[in-house]
Amino acid sequence: METVYLAIPLAPLFGAIIAGLFGKQIGRNLSHWVTTGSVALAFLLSLFVFKHITLDGGAVYNGAVYTWAVVDNVKMEIGFLIDNLTILMMLVVTFVSLMVHIYTIGYMHDDPGYQRFFSYISLFTFAMLMLVMSNNFLQLFFGWEAVGLVSYLLIGFWYEKDTAVYANMKAFIVNRIGDLGFLLGIAIILIYTSSLDYTVAFEKFEVHKMNLPGIFPLTVGPLTALDGVDALDLALVLLFIGAMGKSAQVPLHVWLPDSMEGPTPISALIHAATMVTAGIFMVARMSPLYELSDIALNVILTVGATTAFFMGLVGIVQNDIKRVIAYSTLSQLGYMTVALGASAYSAAVFHLMTHAFFKALLFLAAGSVIIAMHHEQDMRKMGGLRRYMPITYWTALIGSLALIGFPGFSGFFSKDLIIEAVHKSELVMADYAYVMVVLGVFVTAFYTFRMFFMVFHGDERMDDHTLAHLRESPKVVTTPLILLAIPSVLAGFLIDPVALGDFFNQVLLPVKEGFREVTTIMVDGSKHAAIPELRESYHGIPGFILHGFLSPAVWLAAAGAALAWYTYMKNDEVADWFYDHFGWLHKVLSEKYYLDAFNQKVLANGALYLGNSLWALGDKLLIDGLFVGGTVKVVKRGAALISRLQTGYLYHYAFSMVLGVTLMVAWILFVYSS
Amino acid sequence: MIGLSHYLVVAAILFAISIAGMFLNRKNMLVLLMCIELMLLAVNLNFIAFSHYMDDMAGQIFVFFILTVAAAEAAIGLAILVVLFRSRRTINVQELNGLKG
Repeated sequence: METVYLAIPLAPLFGAIIAGLFGKQIGRNLSHWVTTGSVALAFLLSLFVFKHITLDGGAVYNGAVYTWAVVDNVKMEIGFLIDNLTILMMLVVTFVSLMVHIYTIGYMHDDPGYQRFFSYISLFTFAMLMLVMSNNFLQLFFGWEAVGLVSYLLIGFWYEKDTAVYANMKAFIVNRIGDLGFLLGIAIILIYTSSLDYTVAFEKFEVHKMNLPGIFPLTVGPLTALDGVDALDLALVLLFIGAMGKSAQVPLHVWLPDSMEGPTPISALIHAATMVTAGIFMVARMSPLYELSDIALNVILTVGATTAFFMGLVGIVQNDIKRVIAYSTLSQLGYMTVALGASAYSAAVFHLMTHAFFKALLFLAAGSVIIAMHHEQDMRKMGGLRRYMPITYWTALIGSLALIGFPGFSGFFSKDLIIEAVHKSELVMADYAYVMVVLGVFVTAFYTFRMFFMVFHGDERMDDHTLAHLRESPKVVTTPLILLAIPSVLAGFLIDPVALGDFFNQVLLPVKEGFREVTTIMVDGSKHAAIPELRESYHGIPGFILHGFLSPAVWLAAAGAALAWYTYMKNDEVADWFYDHFGWLHKVLSEKYYLDAFNQKVLANGALYLGNSLWALGDKLLIDGLFVGGTVKVVKRGAALISRLQTGYLYHYAFSMVLGVTLMVAWILFVYSS
Repeated sequence: MIGLSHYLVVAAILFAISIAGMFLNRKNMLVLLMCIELMLLAVNLNFIAFSHYMDDMAGQIFVFFILTVAAAEAAIGLAILVVLFRSRRTINVQELNGLKG
């Protein structure tokens, strides 16, 4: 089986190398065949692993395949931890990636960077697979950085566009800030466990918390200054800061909306379905650690709830179709984060999965619309597309219904579960989070159907030329839409095994004395009982749907959709009235809470000012002036002084020679006589 | 009785005179050449004196060599002087400071 595990990430890497280095030689067709084929192979092998471990009950694999280096007894290895969480992620990543590969054949058809694009997305698949399959922090970090790199390359894919270059720099820098926290978190764990292995970390911290009540003091180096801070709390919050960067949580979310400068397939693959879920996956993977720290969970809950509601609000005022979906992604990532904070890791991963399907679907549908509109993305210039693009229309409708949580669609199950879990959570911040996520449902429904109605219904607002050319996208574009629409509807029915069942209960570390059993996703039922309680009250899918109608979420979603229908289909004056009376709110939202302005004015300019001062003081004054210039000056002045000895007169030279000889003889005589 | 020391004193005086000539002469390049010849002669005198005193002919043979070389050197020195005069139109030592830094 090891060979299979190794082949899964290496196949896309192979495709990426072939298409990337030899793309010119092998041509466009062969390039997309080799990359799509390798990703398809990875998907099939993932299915095989799924059958072997999940269906046939094979053993969890946790082992190293290659030791890269051993430093001071710390092993740096390439290894795999294959359990149901990993398998679920592998399936989602390879499936969505495969759909995007196929879609790209149509979408990027006329682009001069065709081979380069395929190489990048295959490389991304490799990096993401390395990330999710890892069994140690080093490889996790490698995958973490590698997906960041590919994301950077792809946002700036059209590198001749200034905005694209600006956006990819922004994404890179903001992610670096998160990664710094991530790296520090790993460092603390490494210091305390002397190992990079997940299970060793789980075991050491678990044993410690079980046997020694009280805090885990910071005793190493400068960390001793943080007296009274628990090392584990600090490490976990730092790790979560990394997750905030990658999964775009407030305030490190600013890069995600701008990343829409990249081609649409990328927005679907990286900035909606897979890469941005890396943070969610990481926290779920670390659930045995996060369960030990209520502080970290409260931080996660607060950040997630804030993101879920406030980013959704910004989505309402966007006019670019991709930006609406981008803000919706932020908001949905907030939901997943909230679930993590409420210890409903399985619900978070479940929402991650359903979201991956319907959000990739929505993005690809938006891409299909953009193709038809001749790369016009402004929704104010669309409308009435329903008549021209039936397949796109119906699939987008499915995606939208799944997104708002229409009962029966996949999003309903996962989102409702999250809201219930937050409701049951007993953490300090749980009440705040509950209000945020419930209001978020209304907002989600409103902006989703605002977009839906503006694009597909109403009058055709485009110019005559575009209108004359409106037609459905080719099969290579619509096929992935249909294939993604299927799980967008049906994935919700997996709620029993995945989110509430024992899907994630595979044992990683067996029970020992003074030590609880560590499972793939671990929930401390005595303190964080949300999921165990929900599990008890769960009585099949029909019951869950019926129960959904009793909770406010479904009605709020209906209200949001209805309001969107009334505002954008029936009565135009509502929006105008709102705009006239709440102009300030509209301004705040379209300026995205002035966060970008703040970053630009305070952080970017501050860094610039700091850099300039350091340059003036350190570089110009000290190094250029004192060290380099100073040396030159000393040599120059000394030489000028010494050169005056060279008069050029023969008798001076003769004199000094004789003088020298005399002195030397005198010295020798003096030495030998005494 | 004229002993070794007398010869050595004469040689030393000649050497000193030639050095003084070299330093004090600010005018003519020819005088410099003459001073160098005088210096060689002073050394030769030392050789001969020691050779006689120590009863060793090697010193006197050496003197022949030195005289030969000195003759050749004088010839070359004068030739350089002529060339120098042709190019600079002067052999005034005070004006020959091309090596000045």
